[in-house]
Amino acid sequence: MGVLLGAVAYDPKVVTIWDGFRAWLRECGVDFDYVLYSNYERQVTDLVDGRVDVAWNSPLAWVRARRLAASRGVPLTPVTMRDTDCDLRSVVVVRADSPVRSVGELAGHIVATGAVDSPQATLLPLSLLRAAGLDPEADLAVRRFDVGLGLHGDHIGGERDAARALFAADPADRVDAACMIDSNLLVFGREGTLPAGSVRVLAQTPLYDHCTMTAHGDASPEIARFGELLLGMDYANAELRPLLDLEGLKQWRPPRLSGYAQLEAAVDEAGFYDANGAVTAAGYRP
Amino acid sequence: MPAVDLAGLGLDEGGHLLVARALAGLAAGERLTVTGRHPALRLHLAAWCRAHGHQLAGDDDLTVVRGDADDRRWAGAVRAGDAAGVPSPRADLGWGLAARGALVEAGGPPLGARWSEREHVWADIAPQLYAAAAASQWDPATAVDWAVPVDGVPAEVERAVVQLMTYLVENEQAALIIPARLLSQLHPHYREVMQLLASQAADEARHVEVFTRRALLSGGPLGTSSAGGRASLQTLLDEPDFTTASFLLSVLGEGTFLDLLRFIAEHAPDQVTADVTRLAVRDEARHVAFGVAHTAHLAAADKSYLSTLRQAVERRHSALQDTAGLNAEVFDSLVVLAAGSWSPEAISLGWRAVRDLQSRMDEGRRRRLAYIGFPDDEAAELSALHTRNFM
Repeated sequence: MGVLLGAVAYDPKVVTIWDGFRAWLRECGVDFDYVLYSNYERQVTDLVDGRVDVAWNSPLAWVRARRLAASRGVPLTPVTMRDTDCDLRSVVVVRADSPVRSVGELAGHIVATGAVDSPQATLLPLSLLRAAGLDPEADLAVRRFDVGLGLHGDHIGGERDAARALFAADPADRVDAACMIDSNLLVFGREGTLPAGSVRVLAQTPLYDHCTMTAHGDASPEIARFGELLLGMDYANAELRPLLDLEGLKQWRPPRLSGYAQLEAAVDEAGFYDANGAVTAAGYRP
Repeated sequence: MPAVDLAGLGLDEGGHLLVARALAGLAAGERLTVTGRHPALRLHLAAWCRAHGHQLAGDDDLTVVRGDADDRRWAGAVRAGDAAGVPSPRADLGWGLAARGALVEAGGPPLGARWSEREHVWADIAPQLYAAAAASQWDPATAVDWAVPVDGVPAEVERAVVQLMTYLVENEQAALIIPARLLSQLHPHYREVMQLLASQAADEARHVEVFTRRALLSGGPLGTSSAGGRASLQTLLDEPDFTTASFLLSVLGEGTFLDLLRFIAEHAPDQVTADVTRLAVRDEARHVAFGVAHTAHLAAADKSYLSTLRQAVERRHSALQDTAGLNAEVFDSLVVLAAGSWSPEAISLGWRAVRDLQSRMDEGRRRRLAYIGFPDDEAAELSALHTRNFM
């Protein structure tokens, strides 16, 4: 039996992380292994089909897995999430000296987003603009920075390119607003992509949650044990700490599914997936 | 409640330093009120707290609840010995490249160092010797007046000088590689020894340069390199142990070289030859001092180590028994150098001078062996087993 986990290889460090976790979990008596996917869509179908026991899902992958599993009558069990997956926001920023003072005033302007499948830098911020009465298709020129398609925005490149476009030297490349997650607003500020004082936050989404780990079927004792071990990982453990740092958490938390309503709505608005979890986004083929 | 005011500072321009500093004084679970005027302060603070394991509370004000990630990170940390005092008897490989005395976070890759025990590498004089080495570095370009002509040197004597320089370069190259190899296996906790070995390798690099330049001054080809001489040096490179390698190279080899270099300087037919050999003697004396002090330090702590040293000399002797040892042309060149000409009378004087040199070398080795702890008779016996190749 054992536990087979699927994870998306959005960065080479994913191998280091799961090799390390695998060694530790096996020491703890769980017969654990993992497989890597080049994109979340394949991982989701394999999870629902039961080819992997558990999947480390992006928020968008969770939305699709939930829909696909429900349509097929397959139960899914949430296992855990990171402390850093809880209570995030996305923002829409403009240049500090921009004449645009409200979301409504973005009408007729160019808005830069991340990749088409990025929850934090595309789907959620565009949903925020819709809530303010703007139709991204009709009222705005959306300029998408499609880096790492299929990685659901895990690759920071699209967001960084969108931020850079605010200050593009060539007016033809310049955008009026850019969308990003709150943590990247801070990262881009500190690294100088968006120098301190250079941008103004025009709007921000309500709080939402990010990645969540999901098991196929009703939780088996093995999955339950696997989940308990993850929750028990101690940041004081010198063997685990570098892996936790790479994975970007201090502590695994019990899962909660209350933080995905915004994204569910955004997916419907954008027609990204249908109610049964089929990919319906135009031209999206990871 | 403790509070920190960031004024207009954002967390994208250093504001997090003030927050982190204020949190450092609190226990996990305690609260800090943050105030400031930066328009994105709440967004920044939320993202920063999330990434650092703190919690942002408060809807109207900004309250940070300190998390325990930082405490957990440093829970298993230890000091890598004492920065100001003597190095630790054992250097933990887990300290890695951390500075002596640093607080070392647990985890991280262990160092692959082979020499991590003080007794195996240390000498109390190492810090002073390193200080002396650092203060005595010289520049080959200016320490020697390369413009002084050598065309007054008789051709046959010049050939002897070139042969000797060729031989010296070969030996200095071995003497460079050995400390460099020991250095790469040494735990940096013993930093004074590390620094000293590094300066020793740098010394030899300069010696290689100046001897090469002297050999080329008269424009002719270099001399010969004998198979026996190289076999003798190879046995030094093959010595696996730190102390026995240091003993064979520095105590016996470089110790013998002190007399050799002084001899060449004394009989030098030109100023450049005299200068390059005198400069090298100054450096070699430090190498010998460390080798003797370290070997004596270990032998004093463990008398039985003398037999290990003895075996190393015997092993090297038997490995070289069937080789010629010293390049005959090197020996002949020493005679010609001291003779200054090929007349029978001069050669006779040169021959006697080299014989005296060999007996001074033997006396020096016996003195150093006695200092390390060998009884006089054993010191004499071991000195006699030393390679004919001098180094």
